[in-house]
Amino acid sequence: MSFLEYAPAPESTGILSLRENYGHFIGGEFVDGSGESFASISPSTEKHIATFAAGTEEDVNRAVIAARKAYDGVWSKLSGADRAKYLFRIARIIQERARELAVAETLDNGKPIKETRDADIPLAAAWFFYYAGWADKLDYAGMGANPRALGVAGQIIPWNFPLLMLAWKIAPALAAGNTVVLKPAETTPLTAMIFAEICQQADLPAGVVNIVTGAGATGRAIVEHADINKIAFTGSTAVGRGIARTIAGTGKKVTLELGGKGANIVFDDAPLDQAVEGIISGIFFNQGQVCCAGSRLLVQENIHDEVVDRLKTRLGTLRLGDPLDKNTDIGAINSKVQLERITALVAKGEAEGGERWSAACEIPEKGFWFPPTLFTGVQTSNTVARDEIFGPVLSILTFRTPAEAIAKANNTPYGLSAGIWSDKGSRILAVADKLRAGVIWANTFNKFDPASPFGGYKESGFGREGGIQGLSAYLEGGVR
Amino acid sequence: MSRLAVPKTYKLFIGGKFPRSESGRVYEILSTKGDFVANAALASRKDLRDCVVAARSALSGWSGATAYNRGQVLYRIAEVLEGRRAQFIEEIVSVEGATAAAAAKQVDDAIDLWVWYAGWADKYAQVAGNANPVSGPYFNLSVPEPTGVVAVIAPQSSGSLLGLVSVIAPVLAGGNTVVAVPRCDAPLTAISFAEVLATSDVPSGVVNIITGKPAELAPWFASHADVNALDLAGAGDLDWVDLQIAAAETLMRVLPPVEGVPVASLSRLTAFTETKTVWHTKSLI
Amino acid sequence: MTIPSIDHARSMVGTDYSESNLKAFLNGLPGVDAVGLEARAADLGTRSIKTSSKAWAIDKIISLIDLTTLEGADTPGKVHSLAAKGMLPDPSDPTSPRVAALCVYGDMVGHAVDALGALHGDPDAGLISVAAVATAFPSGRSSRAIKLADTRDAVAAGADEIDMVIDRGAFLSGRLGLVFEEIQAVKDACVRADGTSAHLKVILETGELNTYDNIRKASWLAMLAGGDFIKTSTGKVAPAATLPVTLLMLEPVRDWHSQTGQKVGVKPAGGIRTSKDAIKYLVTVSETVGEEWLTPHLFRFGASSLLNDVLLQRQKLSTGHYSGPDYVTID
Repeated sequence: MSFLEYAPAPESTGILSLRENYGHFIGGEFVDGSGESFASISPSTEKHIATFAAGTEEDVNRAVIAARKAYDGVWSKLSGADRAKYLFRIARIIQERARELAVAETLDNGKPIKETRDADIPLAAAWFFYYAGWADKLDYAGMGANPRALGVAGQIIPWNFPLLMLAWKIAPALAAGNTVVLKPAETTPLTAMIFAEICQQADLPAGVVNIVTGAGATGRAIVEHADINKIAFTGSTAVGRGIARTIAGTGKKVTLELGGKGANIVFDDAPLDQAVEGIISGIFFNQGQVCCAGSRLLVQENIHDEVVDRLKTRLGTLRLGDPLDKNTDIGAINSKVQLERITALVAKGEAEGGERWSAACEIPEKGFWFPPTLFTGVQTSNTVARDEIFGPVLSILTFRTPAEAIAKANNTPYGLSAGIWSDKGSRILAVADKLRAGVIWANTFNKFDPASPFGGYKESGFGREGGIQGLSAYLEGGVR
Repeated sequence: MSRLAVPKTYKLFIGGKFPRSESGRVYEILSTKGDFVANAALASRKDLRDCVVAARSALSGWSGATAYNRGQVLYRIAEVLEGRRAQFIEEIVSVEGATAAAAAKQVDDAIDLWVWYAGWADKYAQVAGNANPVSGPYFNLSVPEPTGVVAVIAPQSSGSLLGLVSVIAPVLAGGNTVVAVPRCDAPLTAISFAEVLATSDVPSGVVNIITGKPAELAPWFASHADVNALDLAGAGDLDWVDLQIAAAETLMRVLPPVEGVPVASLSRLTAFTETKTVWHTKSLI
Repeated sequence: MTIPSIDHARSMVGTDYSESNLKAFLNGLPGVDAVGLEARAADLGTRSIKTSSKAWAIDKIISLIDLTTLEGADTPGKVHSLAAKGMLPDPSDPTSPRVAALCVYGDMVGHAVDALGALHGDPDAGLISVAAVATAFPSGRSSRAIKLADTRDAVAAGADEIDMVIDRGAFLSGRLGLVFEEIQAVKDACVRADGTSAHLKVILETGELNTYDNIRKASWLAMLAGGDFIKTSTGKVAPAATLPVTLLMLEPVRDWHSQTGQKVGVKPAGGIRTSKDAIKYLVTVSETVGEEWLTPHLFRFGASSLLNDVLLQRQKLSTGHYSGPDYVTID
């Protein structure tokens, strides 16, 4: 065995104490659901993890009642300082149970333990920490003095960063004084259930946080519930469109964080080695299952060949395999359905004339896997240049001038993220000015911070999460 | 026969350590009943000088840490303070003559005030800073930065813990380092608070506390060329205008005395920041 | 921009070298984003090297160490002690590999050679070579004549390798041609009467070059001038070797190899004290230029206290329990 093959370095699942069945978390307690149950499996081994309840309209109703009761009776009466204390407690407990949460997240989602340990979980704790400090400072949120909460928020989150997306939703909502009913994605409900336990450990008043598990139908029940004041959704543009239609005329506030087809623009004066790293982390972090992924590489034509060569060489040291192995870089695709989507889109890419190159990875027998893949010779009209693949597939296009790069980058119904690589500050800032994207990374990519607002233009959704701007989504007087 | 106590000795807190005053001087602290409680160190100008050196050398690390990190450290201080609540209540009762209820309220208020400021560490820049829409192809951003080494005279007749916390917390939240002179006649809580700091991940030198007479020490702060700002919150009974005049020599930033305990305010935090505005050209070609 | 072949490169800056050509080439290199570089180094540092990989790594580290003493107070006795340590690192476990080389001041070379006796030779063959610092190490502040005499004396005394320092003052004031020329001159001074040559390591003193852009340029300059190895530091200036700096130097080595086919060695020196850190360097080398660089003629650790920490880890792997300083020898 060569050194580079690295002996197995598995993170143990011994730290977990999972239940066999999880119900919903309503009114501060774990309760049985009134409907069917469903299983969550580990996408890397296809092994069963636990059984969860598929939330019915009745379950959702119970949760909303509990949330409303908690809002009226307790949460809206607490001072901001007290709300802050609860949120600080939650942040601290997440830090204490960080390792357990990282292992659970990797098991349920399929992403490498390196990512859950170093990115997902620390950011989730940081999000609660940051928003805890806002709870008693709402006068400074730019919404006037004494801004009021909206009431009960219904929150639906995706499977790609389960606990982190939960933090992005719950922390600002609670800081602003709302109570919540949250639905995790059906393939990744596990860390939400552990979070429910954390709420109990923090002694959070019953009903402030309610978690109802389930799939699309459960989400619909939340969106349609009459006694919810605010809907916050992160997920696909298709579903987001449906939600925007449903809430029309209802008076419900809504924020949507949807899909993207982010352009990573590399100029010929880019710091080349770091640009290669940035391209790679832009599209292969979390197996490309990221709304803000840099899924289009727009590279200046005069360095195209060199960049592609360097990318291919660098992809040679990316390790695909058991997500619980600490040396794994590329984990499993979250579900069979998602894998099929990726496979179909890639086939289309080849059919339309793109040249496909995939890293030579040993694919495990069980589980859902897709090797890191590059498409060169991509034209702007190709499917792989326009459709969000949500997988480890990079479409490479060229440009000749900054204006052309901008035009191509903007030429999409999406507008979530973009990257700019150049050694020239004036160019970076001018290009950033002209890009129609809500998050722009210069000489870096996929950086997140609770203090930094995140959200999209156009069909990537509206509203921002993070920063001061993230508060307005949960206070009266906010536009959305 | 009741157990014989092991009384605590109270020294200064300089550079993360607890030295006695280089002058060797002490002064008696009595309980309100007149019983001997302890000898507090009586700090000299040389102790003050050492504090400023320690605060200056700790500055680049503290101000260079991420705001998130500073917020975490400050929150940790609140946790440790909360854990020692009973001890502080006892000390306040003994030396301030407060009732147990009043002492408890003071400690709780101090903790809550501390938490409030801790939460500002990674946010105040978003409220006090901003992008500026200048005319021309320029990116323009204003950012508040820490002033540097701040000297504070804590309230001298209000709650010994609450008064100290109310002047130190905003200074730290803004990324500055601090040298503080606590309430002279009730200094023990300040040194116990220093023990909290010493066990809370606070880097050495970020906070320095010297017990002693403000009248003796304040002029040395005011004329110290390596102190960037002076908070005269508790200097109302001194010739504080003279201090302000002395401070003008190096254009030290000065906050005037206040009555009682300063209220929690963002402006107290931003008073110890400097706004830096950066311009950068923007051009596509 | 395309990188010229080695012949072209050398002809570009041959005996009638043009400093302006050299500068144009070096200034045309892509920049380095420090944040990205450091993040990549940190990421490489999270690799978890366990069990059989760890055991392999530990033995490999030992076999790549240039065991070093560079003190004004060095004596023949000190050098003999160092040699003994290098030849038998762990008396309680003779299966431990030997170090790659001893690194000493030029005037101690003779003592090192004597001390090594029959084990003096090529580290690729499991023997131990003698590396001498030269060219007014560590400052590099003296005349050309003295620097070359320094080099020749060490070679004549039996040094197999010369670790030279570049003139940082000349580099930082823009006299790149002078720096280049000096490396070439020292390389010439490494040639012995029989036509063989001592191997030349070029110390950049990255702590004084300061910016990553400077370090990148100096790396290219040293390779263009014919260095066999590029080395981070003298160990006398902080910061000495760091993981980001070493990663940064491996990148030109990688590119040089892909353009010219030639392999240049890399030696981080100073500040690497624990086996945990050293393993990070092995990972960084493997994932940047490939495992084949983990061999004495292409990679060395300039270290002294590292060896004992690695031996403690080695003992733990073989006995299963934690060891202590009393169970490794002090040289």
